Amino acid sequence: MMPPAMTLPIILFSVCGFLGLAVMAVALGSSRRATPVLYGGASIVSLVALIASLIQLVAGGHVTPGLTLPMGVPWIGVHFRLDALSSFFVAVIDLGAAVASLYAIGYGRHEHEPLRVLPFYPAFLAGMNLVVLAGDAFTFLVSWEFMSLSSWALVMAHHRDPGNIRAGYIYLLTASFGTLCLLLAFGLMAGPAGGYTFETIRTAHYSGWVAALVLALVLLGAGSKAGLVPLHVWLPLAHPAAPSHVSALMSGVMTKVAVYAFIRVVFDLLGEPSWWSSMVVLALGGVTAVLGVLYALIQQDIKRLLAYSTVENIGIIYIGLGLALAFQANGVTAGTALALTAVLLHVLNHSLFKSLLFFGAGAVLSATGERDMDRLGGLIHRMPVTAFTFLVGSVAISALPPLNGFVSEWMTFQAILLSPNLPQWGLKFMIPAVGALLALSAALAAACFVRGFGITFLGRPRAQAAAQARETDRFSQSAMLLLALLCLLAGILPGVVIDALAPVIQSLIGGRMPLQGNVPWLSIVPIAASRSSYNGLLVFLFIAASAWIAALAIHRFASHAVRRSAAWDCGYPDPSPLTQYSAGSFSQPIRRIYGATIFEARERIEMPAPGDTGPARFRVDLKDLVWDWLYAPIAGIVNFTAGRLNHLQFLTIRRYLSLVFVALIVLLLVLAIWM
Amino acid sequence: MDVIVNLAPQAGQMLLVLLLAPLLTGFVRIVKARLLRRRGPPLLQPYRDLLRLLRKEAVLAENASWLFRCAPYLIFAGTWVAAALIPTFGTGLMFSWSADLIAITALLGSARFFLALAGMDVGTSFGGIGSSREVMIATFAEPAMIMIVFTLALIAGSTQLSTIAGFMLSGGVGLRVSLGLALVALTMVAIAENARIPIDNPATHLELTMVHEAMVLEYSGRHLAMIELSAMLKLLLYVSLIACVFTPWGLAPDGAGPIPHFIGIGAYFLKLAVAGTLLAIFETSIAKMRVFRVPEFLGAALMLGLLAALLRFMSRSF
Amino acid sequence: MDQFAFDVAHLLAGGLVLISLTMLYQDRLSALIRVFALHAVVLALSVAWQAAIQHAPHLYITAAIALLFKAIIIPVSLLRIMKQLGVHREIDTVVGIGPTMLAGIGLIALSMVVMLRVTAESDPLAREDLAFALSVVLLGLLMMVTRRNVVSQVIGFMSLENGLILAATGAKGMPLVVEISVAFSVLIAFIVIGIFLFRIRERFDTVDVQALERLRGEDP
Repeated sequence: MMPPAMTLPIILFSVCGFLGLAVMAVALGSSRRATPVLYGGASIVSLVALIASLIQLVAGGHVTPGLTLPMGVPWIGVHFRLDALSSFFVAVIDLGAAVASLYAIGYGRHEHEPLRVLPFYPAFLAGMNLVVLAGDAFTFLVSWEFMSLSSWALVMAHHRDPGNIRAGYIYLLTASFGTLCLLLAFGLMAGPAGGYTFETIRTAHYSGWVAALVLALVLLGAGSKAGLVPLHVWLPLAHPAAPSHVSALMSGVMTKVAVYAFIRVVFDLLGEPSWWSSMVVLALGGVTAVLGVLYALIQQDIKRLLAYSTVENIGIIYIGLGLALAFQANGVTAGTALALTAVLLHVLNHSLFKSLLFFGAGAVLSATGERDMDRLGGLIHRMPVTAFTFLVGSVAISALPPLNGFVSEWMTFQAILLSPNLPQWGLKFMIPAVGALLALSAALAAACFVRGFGITFLGRPRAQAAAQARETDRFSQSAMLLLALLCLLAGILPGVVIDALAPVIQSLIGGRMPLQGNVPWLSIVPIAASRSSYNGLLVFLFIAASAWIAALAIHRFASHAVRRSAAWDCGYPDPSPLTQYSAGSFSQPIRRIYGATIFEARERIEMPAPGDTGPARFRVDLKDLVWDWLYAPIAGIVNFTAGRLNHLQFLTIRRYLSLVFVALIVLLLVLAIWM
Repeated sequence: MDVIVNLAPQAGQMLLVLLLAPLLTGFVRIVKARLLRRRGPPLLQPYRDLLRLLRKEAVLAENASWLFRCAPYLIFAGTWVAAALIPTFGTGLMFSWSADLIAITALLGSARFFLALAGMDVGTSFGGIGSSREVMIATFAEPAMIMIVFTLALIAGSTQLSTIAGFMLSGGVGLRVSLGLALVALTMVAIAENARIPIDNPATHLELTMVHEAMVLEYSGRHLAMIELSAMLKLLLYVSLIACVFTPWGLAPDGAGPIPHFIGIGAYFLKLAVAGTLLAIFETSIAKMRVFRVPEFLGAALMLGLLAALLRFMSRSF
Repeated sequence: MDQFAFDVAHLLAGGLVLISLTMLYQDRLSALIRVFALHAVVLALSVAWQAAIQHAPHLYITAAIALLFKAIIIPVSLLRIMKQLGVHREIDTVVGIGPTMLAGIGLIALSMVVMLRVTAESDPLAREDLAFALSVVLLGLLMMVTRRNVVSQVIGFMSLENGLILAATGAKGMPLVVEISVAFSVLIAFIVIGIFLFRIRERFDTVDVQALERLRGEDP
């Protein structure tokens, strides 16, 4: 057992290991061994980092002595530190990385050009780890940009596929925008004195408007990486474009690094929040949750569906963060602890089931070559393990008991129920409304994953590729089974996870949730037993036992005869699998109800003229209003200005000189007036 | 010994709901028939139907998967566990702390999740239409239910159903506007969740507007029996829920002796009879809605729930 | 005043808000008129209850007027007019029922916030009753704004007026003279509008306001 003081060096060595693997990938070139060796190595290295971070977390999360390396900007250096919050996020990152690497040992074989993926993959893992370990603003921003660029390279891995270039372009733009916002935020916090280490920033005090500006900038910067509406547009383009194990990491883990950035700045560095900031975060979270899942509900592409569902879950996380802010602004420590624990639990849960679902989508993609759900179907027969694990992931993400997604949503609901005591009228109005949005998004998520699983895996195959699919390889299967098991364990033993999170909460806000280890029967009790409690283990056992007893009794005492026959379908079975409900027809009622205003969904039927033998066509037009109203005008303005500025490239020397001269005079004038 | 005393109401409750569920359905059918001046089926007909279904062989479609065969048991288990946690005749249920009202709602959500998947498994157009509409209804009914739970939790200071029922029983509540709104909303949700008129018709096959029956069209034999029993349990569950929150009279308090429990059972029968009669009268006096009126109906339930929760958030005296 | 009297007054006022919401939900004219009658009945009950707990017998007359005119005479005659006109169509709404209801909830919350904040010091019964009354008024206005049909606009106006009466009785009664005059003014307004209805119908064969706008060249 290593002492906790050693954990930071070990994790840093793991990061060096990742970078070494990246170099090795270039060296190995396109050798056939490269894929298993590199992914196996990445898996082992992340496992080491995972164990180190878990030891740090279990040891109570004392801040280990930071490391300062004489690199980077001379007067700042490069600081690394590992406190409870970082070690939790290191654990989330490296758990995801270890499983994704395991999955990729098998999945990576299907890669046509492995050199486009292999060097960047370990670099991406290193970048995410470094962001969380950074102990000063400079290191943080450099690591953040490193993470963005390496993931951009991975998004562009299949750059020949149509649409991927656009995805990469938009991703690059939003990533740069996000980094810019974070840069400005840290600049504001460092102040003119230039205290760039987190220790200095934490001790400083900020006036109201500086704090507000920093919060807005962090919301933009971290929110654009996390996929907060309306900054989410890049996410459903970029995440599906990458290879599936990278999609899993980007959706399941990288968005969590963005959540880390938000928590680090707002709860750790910035000090006391104001109550109206929680209003903004709550509103953004609620809108993100509902819009994200509504978009997910109308997608045909299974990986885009999953990416939009990530947007939804980020919304749920931000709702929790908003609640925590509201409680903290009013000094209700129990509420802050509950809401923040719910947030961190959902961070962990979402990283588990979203990785699992992307793995499943990847397995389907490599088995059939299809991402379009309307060309899939019936895969439960051909790919039983993938289908089973995808089902577990779907139940978990739909927030259904006894799996883990329900626990974190349940805790968020409990936090909402604590909030009527908050004195501000705005919050009294906002919190129940956001609660309704949260409940709505949970119900819509269930609908979304009934559709996702049902169309992809159930029914009859809609295309030849789906009818001839083959189960995926052992490595991928074991990765998916491992995650499914973790989803179940986190769902039935949430108390253990909550207790493990306690040091993180303690170090952030100076309070924590009550100890869950003492509660009898492994229940979880957020506030008091008379108020609310939930026991995932018992619910799971009860369901399992009653289903088993019912099945046993019926098979023992009643009939167990089975006869196979053609489908009944009310007497009108149709042999063509095209008569099944498709992805589009399944979501039609929901599209009609919600989509008419939100997507301006319009249905059109084109009937051929009488006598014409051509087929009638049914078309649905959808619009992305966020894109049309926000981004299209911005793009228009940028285009216009660029066109105007284009003239500046064709000036004479004299004009250039006069431009420089005018700029100098203006600056001097500003200085003269300002002083 | 203590454990047995504690366990007795819980075990009794589990058996009671299982045995009573077909009776309630049979009772509603009879009252409905009488209101239409028909004789109607005998009271015990649902039991006979279930037994006959159990004894028959199950006919499966050729491409039905393991999910199709497991789903009925999972649906039944989820519904049964949820029904076992709702106080019917006494609040002293041993395992009531293992799931609160939010968890019970979500348990029913799990059951519905598998029912909708089972509807899509064989790959028929009727199954798809049923599943699609079922989840559409759920996207309104579930948030409405959560809003109702919010209201009740804010009134009683707890999401534990036993505590809520005990609080209502203590009489310190008075007439609350939010409670009234919650009752209306809960009734609307209950009607929709149980596929009753005006949302769905429990007595039809072969109708393009059906929802629940379309999903279970491919089921037969013991699987169908399980699903029918789950549907009956769900009806009983919602009636018990409304009864224990809004008419808690007669409920035996925690740790009471056998006599209050027998009184509680008597009161429970009475409540079921009244609720069944009211449901039958309501169903005979109203026409079924078009499918796309359903969102408006349930949207209204959601709005009422939201309004009730909002009022509670604003002021304690609503 | 004991808690029970308090609660019943609240419940009736809350019921009035609920029925206002129900009116927003209706999509058939005849159903709308019947729900309006129910609105008036609950108003009458509420006013009568106020009369009982405030020991103000003149309020009973107000209640009786509300019951007689608004719950019986006006709905019955409106239904008859509709029969004569032969308008049984569904109500033409400007925005869908869902968004309208959502707006209604928002208005109720708004009036709660405003009233509870402004009157933080005063008698809690009057305070929350006033909040409900303001909601009823706002919902009535919302109905007038979101409906194209003249009849439903008239009903929206009358439910608005019910909200005013609720507010007046909640605040320790208002002089009966004013009450009678209000009731009669509404009746007169109703008669005038009824005549108008006939005229419009004779001229343009419809009671849709849109048709009138089209005539003025204001095609929306």
